[in-house]
Amino acid sequence: MAVVKLRGPLKQLAGGRSEHPLHGATIGELLRALERDQPALSGWILDERGTIRRHINVFVNGEYGRQDTPVEPDDRIDVLPAISGG
Amino acid sequence: MTELLVGTKKGLFVLEGEPGAAFAVKARAFAGEPVEYAMRDPRSGRLLASVTSPFYGPKIWHADDPAGDWQQAEGVALPEGGDAALERIWVIVAGADDGTLYAGGDPGVLFASRDGGATWELNRALWEHPTRPSWQPGGGGLCLHSIVPWPGEPGRLALGISAVGVWLTDDGGETWRHGNGGLAARYLPEEAPANTFDLCVHCMHRSPRRPERLFLQFHGGVYRSDDAGESWTAIGDELPSDFGFPLTLDPADPDSAYVIPLASDQDRVTPGGRVRVYETRDAGATWTPRGDGLPGEHAYLTVLRQAFDRAGEGEALELYFGATSGDVFGSGDAGATWFTAASRLPPVYSVRTA
Repeated sequence: MAVVKLRGPLKQLAGGRSEHPLHGATIGELLRALERDQPALSGWILDERGTIRRHINVFVNGEYGRQDTPVEPDDRIDVLPAISGG
Repeated sequence: MTELLVGTKKGLFVLEGEPGAAFAVKARAFAGEPVEYAMRDPRSGRLLASVTSPFYGPKIWHADDPAGDWQQAEGVALPEGGDAALERIWVIVAGADDGTLYAGGDPGVLFASRDGGATWELNRALWEHPTRPSWQPGGGGLCLHSIVPWPGEPGRLALGISAVGVWLTDDGGETWRHGNGGLAARYLPEEAPANTFDLCVHCMHRSPRRPERLFLQFHGGVYRSDDAGESWTAIGDELPSDFGFPLTLDPADPDSAYVIPLASDQDRVTPGGRVRVYETRDAGATWTPRGDGLPGEHAYLTVLRQAFDRAGEGEALELYFGATSGDVFGSGDAGATWFTAASRLPPVYSVRTA
């Protein structure tokens, strides 16, 4: 299973747990699986359209990924708020 | 003692004080987050706040103690799987019946809560209104910013949406109709159809002692309605500028209203560097500037639509407004004299008394 890593308020909403092993073939599938597993995260990473919020960045093994980026079972997925400001 | 809930770009500030002297910061919540609006439900004492994280989207939170734990309300979202997402909650208002609250947001949506703000439900009739595909946002988005209940008649509501005009319901939100008669948009070409609803309402309030009377600050124009919002009469000719955002009134006097003019659409600061509140006591026939104690020169402030409120009424009417400069001003004598309640706060988005 791929592991989704959370920090800050997202980690708190997910019961204080940082690492979440989940099944999914793409980033989008993993994040939907994460919401099912941790309902308190609903609406925080994905909006009502099922789209990753504009200022949330997702990385696969350190590389920037998008909603449809494929994910392998051993991958590590980091979910981070985007850097804002200058 | 008066409590002010001040929503700012960097959190909620709870101020307390007596008119005439600086207020103290009693609590701060949501540090670093934009708090667009906060209010205390006068029936339950519960605090509700709208917070739009740039990262995690808009949420409504509630608490009994602003310095304590805040709970995220449920149901504040658009239908899943659609092609729109909730952008922001602009306003939260107590309904006419116990336990009911309304929240308005972008994109032109109304939510209702029947349990004091813990859970919310989207008003489907407005969301699915057949004219919605033609709705155009104003500069601040497609914002539903004014929700005006009718005292004693829970089924009757008036809404203000920028830039889709005034909406009225008599059946608790089952059906909606326009209430735009007489509103004139200078920003549209003269050839625009008379029944256009591209109407940029900025703020709207009802006189509680004469509920069929409403006052409205428009995107260029101040208006009064004497027929519950069906039609409107321009009353802003005597003002130095009829452009502005917030508006409030004295509940004891149905002929009263207060506005804070800004220079123009293109120059959204207090005109001439002077901060003045304008008061009418004859339903808009005449306006009197009220500035004793307010900055009189070199003061180019912007006062946003939710940043002006009142407490009490009649001779005991208190008025408070905040600016994006971080200043909050107050009056304990219905606008005759003013004092600085707070300064050097983050940019003020909203001010509500409790």
